[in-house]
Amino acid sequence: MNFLDYTLEELHDKLVSKELTAVDLVEASYKRIEETDEQVGAFLALSKEEALQAARETDEKGIDPNNVLSGLPVGIKDNILTKGVTTTASSKMLEDFVPIYDATATEKLKEAGMISVGKLNMDEFAMGGSTENSAFKLTRNPWDLSKVPGGSSGGSAAAVAAGQVPVSLGSDTGGSVREPAAFTGLVGVKPTYGRVSRYGLIAFGSSLDQIGPFTRTVKDNALVLNAISGHDPKDSTSYSGETPDFTDGIDKGVKGLRIGVPKEYFNEDAKETGVIESVRNALKLYEELGAEIVEVSLPHSRYGIPAYYIIASSEASSNLQRFDGIRYGYRSENVSSLEDIYVNSRSEGFGLEVKRRIMLGTFSLSSGFYDAHFKKAAQARTLIRNDFDTVFEDVDVLVAPTTTTTAFEIGGKIDDPLAMYMSDILTVPVNLAGVPSLSIPCGFSNDMPVGMQIISNHFDEQMMYRVAYAFEKETDFHKKKPAFKGGE
Amino acid sequence: MAINEETVKQVAKLAKLEIGEEDILTFTKEMDSIIEMVEQLEGLDTEGIEGTYHGLNEHNVWREDKAENGTDREDLFKNVKTHKDGYIEVPAMFDNGGSEA
Amino acid sequence: MNLEPVIGLEVHVELKTESKMFSPSPAHFGAEPNTNTNVIDWGHPGVLPVVNKQAIEYGMKAALALNCKIATHTKFDRKNYFYPDNPKAYQISQFDQPIGYDGWIEIEVNGEKKKIRIERVHLEEDAGKNMHGEDGSSYVDLNRQGTPLIEIVSEADMRSPEEAYAYLETLKQLIQFTEVSDVKMQEGSMRCDANISLRPFGQEEFGTKAELKNLNSFTYVRKGLDFEISRQEKILNAGGALDQETRRYDESTGGTILMRTKEGSSDYRYFPEPDIPNLVISDEWIDSVRASLPEMPKERQARYVKEFNLPEYDAVVLTATVEMSNFFQGTVDNGADPKQASNWLMGEVSAYLNSEQVELLDTALTPESLAEMINLIADGTISSKIAKKVFKELVTNGSTDVKALVEEKDWVQLSDPSKLLPIITDTLDKNEQSIEDYKNGKDRALGFLVGQVMKQTRGQANPGMVNKLLKQELDKR
Ligand SMILES: [Mg+2]
Ligand SMILES: [Zn+2]
Repeated sequence: MNFLDYTLEELHDKLVSKELTAVDLVEASYKRIEETDEQVGAFLALSKEEALQAARETDEKGIDPNNVLSGLPVGIKDNILTKGVTTTASSKMLEDFVPIYDATATEKLKEAGMISVGKLNMDEFAMGGSTENSAFKLTRNPWDLSKVPGGSSGGSAAAVAAGQVPVSLGSDTGGSVREPAAFTGLVGVKPTYGRVSRYGLIAFGSSLDQIGPFTRTVKDNALVLNAISGHDPKDSTSYSGETPDFTDGIDKGVKGLRIGVPKEYFNEDAKETGVIESVRNALKLYEELGAEIVEVSLPHSRYGIPAYYIIASSEASSNLQRFDGIRYGYRSENVSSLEDIYVNSRSEGFGLEVKRRIMLGTFSLSSGFYDAHFKKAAQARTLIRNDFDTVFEDVDVLVAPTTTTTAFEIGGKIDDPLAMYMSDILTVPVNLAGVPSLSIPCGFSNDMPVGMQIISNHFDEQMMYRVAYAFEKETDFHKKKPAFKGGE
Repeated sequence: MAINEETVKQVAKLAKLEIGEEDILTFTKEMDSIIEMVEQLEGLDTEGIEGTYHGLNEHNVWREDKAENGTDREDLFKNVKTHKDGYIEVPAMFDNGGSEA
Repeated sequence: MNLEPVIGLEVHVELKTESKMFSPSPAHFGAEPNTNTNVIDWGHPGVLPVVNKQAIEYGMKAALALNCKIATHTKFDRKNYFYPDNPKAYQISQFDQPIGYDGWIEIEVNGEKKKIRIERVHLEEDAGKNMHGEDGSSYVDLNRQGTPLIEIVSEADMRSPEEAYAYLETLKQLIQFTEVSDVKMQEGSMRCDANISLRPFGQEEFGTKAELKNLNSFTYVRKGLDFEISRQEKILNAGGALDQETRRYDESTGGTILMRTKEGSSDYRYFPEPDIPNLVISDEWIDSVRASLPEMPKERQARYVKEFNLPEYDAVVLTATVEMSNFFQGTVDNGADPKQASNWLMGEVSAYLNSEQVELLDTALTPESLAEMINLIADGTISSKIAKKVFKELVTNGSTDVKALVEEKDWVQLSDPSKLLPIITDTLDKNEQSIEDYKNGKDRALGFLVGQVMKQTRGQANPGMVNKLLKQELDKR
């Protein structure tokens, strides 16, 4: 039993036909984790007892033939709250934090019958692009264990890529689902801002954060997004409009569609030509399939990185102030005054990258700098958003590389925060604009998977899935299995 | 240098972080290069452009005024390091009339 | 040097909603610590605020009562600072787009009327409470955290502690009439900070101000300002310079103590709250809230004078609180003569409330029972003397049928001549001397005889009727 061999629908059919039970699947998941996680390091914590209990209950109740996710195992990024199960956001600050409520996304997965097998490693508080900023462990890329799985949802990506779970949830503030999906050869989605409730997601950049699924196929992904989407009265920024079935029309093909190719996304940093080549090949295929390829411009793209780092860090600096050692979380032993609780708990509890972002954000909001930093970034954001609105008047989707390179070496950028920040250059504009985007494997460069981004208009995830599905049907990149290169 | 050690110390104070003397120089250099990068925005003409501060373009999202019982206090206290008689306990603070609402 | 005080006040008022500003936990005063709280109030990771619509409407209502304009586009902002009673380490407040702005209220000091401008009225959430133990620890109760507040910021238009006092009284009265808050200083549903500076008369520019905190009653506001004026005067007159300071009022000494100087003040790093979409307030909504405003004190006073012919003084007294005013109106609506209702409320009722230190609505008296009693006096069923007994009964035990009550207690006035005549005859028979005195023109004799009859009837006789019958019988002798 290997999750890499099956789609969610295939697993579902096996459950319905009783060829397999939910307990079989959960046990298979733990077995695979046992076999591979010493090398990969995706999981921070396993909830074996609870998962098996839930699986037994599912089996007793019987699998709902109309509910494709029922009884399937899932892994959850450790910044998404799970009631009664330690949730750390990979920070020493929350090492022993046990949530007393479930995130809405967690609740919805449970309602859909999915069974959480454990919590997945990430960059501390989702700040990073390599999962090297976890306070607890290193996660390695199953395709090459000397390389990073991407970040910040590196654990979520590695777990699915290694076949430990068929599905996982991540969160994407500036590319944190799409970049690791690209680095590990998966389908990863950042839904439209507002599509998935943020209630119970530990906030990083509140106006940018979205939860999204990692899967091996496009349709699998749409099925999971179906389950976690929808208006949540507990999240005022969740979309009040309708949630369509994201698999509807998924196989309509691309004939007659206009695919925009943003020129700014192809001219950047061409250090790794294999990436752009793969995407160009994909575009050729789309053309053969009957789509029209149109070169377009998103002229403010180059302001994406500075605008993003100011906005995300500013919001984070405020969001992370609640970690003060008083009501929950890490409290310094070295305390003799109230000020000590604050300063010592925060200085000892937060890692270096988190401190950098808090500092940048605090600076950007402080009096005297607000106008030139935070306000200016918010204005740049408007221009970036307008760029997308304008091109979507003309094209159905945008296609571009997800990242400028394939997965890099562990330790390769860790001492150069700026270089690390620049690797988000192709993903952050999407978060600033709020539009949905999917990364899909579209080739290999230096034996590592290459990801292609398919970006659609606000709340038009159906189009994004449809275009991705058309590509997947004609290619077999998604069927390739990781080599676990460098493992023993 | 756009910023100096003094600024870094001041910002750290606002953020309730302590940056050790040995790290302050590295931190200042890093911060400086990051700030230099973000200051690329200076070249962008934003005259008359409204800022975008929300991810979603909606307005007037609210709930009706209905009260629900509070969460069980014992549940809330599960993650509290020190509490007493129903209160969260912290080291003594100066009595300055509470925070300013 | 002759110096002029310049005073501005910041007043916080808790709104009387069922649930909190951004969370559904109960917003009630006086519960066990940390029981009216939830994960949102505690600022647990992942929680999000959802605006209480009623709080917005109450905020608008209060702002309109203070003659403010209402912002058609408004939003919430985060004000960042660390404190144990502020769990998220930011307060959700309103920074540059307050819901109400450019208002005013009229105050009166020593017969002189003056408009005090209101700069802004904004919505925000209250903080929890810190208790300071003797044991080196402090204790935090988050029950109050998240209670909806409005902050009302005046312009620096007041020139004396008396004006500040009058401003607070008027403000309290106006808010109370809107019924969006209890406005009770002692329960903390109304709180005040004061800014005060001095400048030479005739100078435009403001002097260096001090901000006074911990002013827990109107009297403390006046005392704190008085103290501050002499403190600042002394320094300035000695040629000294003031620091911009935050000072704490000390109830035990009546003085103020330095808390912090400007240097120590924080940078709140305000920015728009990304978790709450902006608000767009339509003219229709504003109009409907305006239409829901009750008749305010000034309008009521004018009406009492015009419609009920009450003296202006009475009208002012009767509208001092919304309870009194509503009670008066209710009494009149139940058929009582307005002047009588006013007399009772300003006289006996107020005296009772004062001596017992209770609130009108906490007594058993109702507008219905008061009106019935007043009407029983008017139609002669009870004497005004007995009415005092009736009132005592109504205010302590209450009654839904006053007529039945007076009958049951045998308090009905004796007016029937056939019942009174035998007593009068008997009294005259027993007081020959008084008859003689009366005939000799001594008026006091009649009074004495009336008293005797009243005594005989244990005060139940109708004095007017007794008088009339006595004169008639005396003339016969
Ligand atoms: Mg204030
Ligand atoms: Zn305030």
